[in-house]
Amino acid sequence: MSMSMLSAPFTRSDSQVQGIMTAVILALVPATAFGLVIFGWPALFLWAVTLLSALAFEAGCLALAGKPVRAILPDGSAVLSGWLVAMTLPPWAPWWIGVVGAGIAIVVGKQVFGGLGQNPFNPAMLARVALLVAFPLEMTTWAVPSLPFSSSAPGLFDSLAITFAGAPAADGMTGPTLIGNWKTELSQGRGLSESLMSGPYDVVASILGWKAGSLGETSSLLVALGGLWLLKKKIITWHIPVSLLTTVALLAGVFALIDGERYAGPIFHLTSGAVMLAAFFIATDYVTSPSSPAGQLLFGAGCGLFIFVIRTWGAYPEGAGFSVLLMNALTPVIDHYVRPRIYGRDLKGRPLDLPGGRR
Amino acid sequence: MAAFKLFSFGASGKIRGGVHPEPRKQATSDRPIETAFPLPPLLYLSLQQHAGQPAEPVVRVGERVLKGQLLAAGQGTISAPVHAPTSGVVTDILDYPAAHPSALPTPTLLLEPDGEDRWIETQEVADPFSLPPEEISARVGAAGVVGMGGAAFPSAVKLNLGRKTKIQTLLINGGECEPYLTCDDRLMRERAADIVDGILIMLHGLECNQAIVGIEDNKPEAYAAMREAAAPHGGKVDVRQVPSLYPMGWDKQLIRYFTGKEVPAGGRSADVGVLMHNVATAYAVQQAVRYGKPLVSRVVTVSGSAVAAPRNVEAPIGTLLADLLAFCGHRPDDTASYVMGGPMMGDSLPHPKVPLVKGTCGILALSPQEVAVSDAKACIRCSRCVSACPAGLLPLEMMARIRAGQLESALGYGLKDCISCGSCSYVCPSEIPLVHYFKYASGELVAREQMKHRTEQTKRLAEERQARFERHKREQAALAAQRKAQAQQRKAEEAA
Ligand code: SF4
Ligand code: SF4
Repeated sequence: MSMSMLSAPFTRSDSQVQGIMTAVILALVPATAFGLVIFGWPALFLWAVTLLSALAFEAGCLALAGKPVRAILPDGSAVLSGWLVAMTLPPWAPWWIGVVGAGIAIVVGKQVFGGLGQNPFNPAMLARVALLVAFPLEMTTWAVPSLPFSSSAPGLFDSLAITFAGAPAADGMTGPTLIGNWKTELSQGRGLSESLMSGPYDVVASILGWKAGSLGETSSLLVALGGLWLLKKKIITWHIPVSLLTTVALLAGVFALIDGERYAGPIFHLTSGAVMLAAFFIATDYVTSPSSPAGQLLFGAGCGLFIFVIRTWGAYPEGAGFSVLLMNALTPVIDHYVRPRIYGRDLKGRPLDLPGGRR
Repeated sequence: MAAFKLFSFGASGKIRGGVHPEPRKQATSDRPIETAFPLPPLLYLSLQQHAGQPAEPVVRVGERVLKGQLLAAGQGTISAPVHAPTSGVVTDILDYPAAHPSALPTPTLLLEPDGEDRWIETQEVADPFSLPPEEISARVGAAGVVGMGGAAFPSAVKLNLGRKTKIQTLLINGGECEPYLTCDDRLMRERAADIVDGILIMLHGLECNQAIVGIEDNKPEAYAAMREAAAPHGGKVDVRQVPSLYPMGWDKQLIRYFTGKEVPAGGRSADVGVLMHNVATAYAVQQAVRYGKPLVSRVVTVSGSAVAAPRNVEAPIGTLLADLLAFCGHRPDDTASYVMGGPMMGDSLPHPKVPLVKGTCGILALSPQEVAVSDAKACIRCSRCVSACPAGLLPLEMMARIRAGQLESALGYGLKDCISCGSCSYVCPSEIPLVHYFKYASGELVAREQMKHRTEQTKRLAEERQARFERHKREQAALAAQRKAQAQQRKAEEAA
């Protein structure tokens, strides 16, 4: 038996990178499964294509960089990035959107910076925003939900055509998202109560997720439940979700009180778009968020602020992607200025005074 | 409690950081201390088993000695004497591998027991509380008592310091937060009255009125025993429970927990009016002062999966750890690593043929499954290390900078405030040996500092030599000029 000369500690917790990634993926399963059911086969194809391309891009990059593919690929990070990209896509987007999205996320978003842990921006959000800017049409064509195997749901062959041949969906199968609708109506001079009455807004359906939207984002409830489970498993901490959601809710509440016809209230904001996903799964990304609890509070609040600002006054309906990227850029700054207080020192790092004022 | 946690941002809460390593104490916690450990054929008494100067032998090779007899006297202000753990013959004084990862040879005295175990005449004291306070630390010092929780700092030096700075609270650490170790737990369960007596004696020596004993809440028996023993003393010895959390035994963590005070960086506990000793030290103090018995044995936990009968053994100082392991049914073939101390902060030993020293609280023979190591992966910035750090540091940032060779920059993140507790390494899901980096960097910085110092010194010496040389030249020149002037003057006088 050879003696291993190690250094302390000689015992370690059983938490491992792979386990963390697996837990996050598991937490995404309910919301994704719901999306796959209500948006049918095309959504499933797109999801699978995106995931497989993410793995392929990761393997290719690792091989090019001369890193051990077999050792690194199973860490789960590529699957997770691919999965998150898929969740943010319009469910009936053509297959190449998924491939390009996965490519941007893995190659541009992660591997060019040196791989896992090195990237400054959240890969999935980078992909989403890049796709939105480059392919606005494909990225804003939304499917409306339908019961599986109902007459309005596309059949297997129609679905193959939608995903892989770019066939246009039949009329009545597509519609605007809530935020998109709200913004168009507002721009046409209609007040919120009117647009919500005429539009597809229904609080219960919105919370459950029976609405047009991205593949895995529509059910705020299921996304939030997944997030709460991650909190319980201590995979994420409360700081970012709580500060992000509170900021959005507070701002929405204050503005709705000021002018309820122009500004949507907290419930609308919390249950639409990618807010829940951002709060629990995107902004909490370890790599691109600050490492101190106080920094995380600040980061979450920043994300929430920008989400509200972009949604309310920005040109794009969707604020979550831009907001997270913006705050990602600020993470190094936050990390530099917001640090935990060291034992025996003040916040500036100077030794505490001795009792009696001596130093 | 949950609400409190929600709103304590780490800075104001009493306990910060910490981890919950699997305790693995059940193997030894229910077995009484084994006192029938047979005397080994030879004892290896290291003369450097405390912080400070090594002790100086006062016996000759071949001399017969009695148990408790002084073998080597303390040197300098921080040192402790070494006494004979049993009666026998001094057979050699040589350099022998120390109980240290490097196993560097240190001066060691070999004692061959004669099997009689005869004590010297000990000076018992009927009432230690009638002794003048300075006498307490004098007796503790003469008995060679050192901190028995692992730091091995001479206890008398600490007691003297405490008396001088007029400390308000004596903290007694019964935490024993390291996994596997149960020697303090057993000691508290079985010898609580003696420990409390030792605490009272220390209080007397410190001229202080208040002692707090902190015991982790996973040791209910020890807590009950200590409370019962302390009850008759009217609140002077306050036995309290602390949450079981590693590193709760860190003195500064305990101080913050009990007093709410923080020891300023670079300061000592005494600066905030607190002194901390461990329970085993309190026991040794009692034995030394009341019975005049020097510290010649200690209770040590022998455990790990490669040990068939793990337990706590009261063994003479100088016993080879290999003998202790063998006594407990050690399986060398199943051993992947030997650890002295606990698995969080202990030292890895290349082999167990090194002697037990006063500060050894545990010897572990760990099987391959227990020390499973895999390759470090990339840091995913999960900040688990940040939440785990009791000192409020950013281990991931320090590690990244040390990797990049920017040691100075790592200092800016508090490298010097790191206590090497290992909590960060313990939780890291990428299995990055963070503490290893920090120890390396600290060592490297010290080495550089010394190097700089040496270079500066050499430079100064060279400059001084140069200056001397030039002064000499100037003096010579001045002398020559003076002579010349004198000669000219003489010439002029002669001419006149
Ligand atoms: S625990 Fe490990 S992986 Fe996580 S931030 Fe710290 S060093 Fe990085
Ligand atoms: S070893 Fe140092 S950096 Fe790591 S947790 Fe302990 S004090 Fe913090």
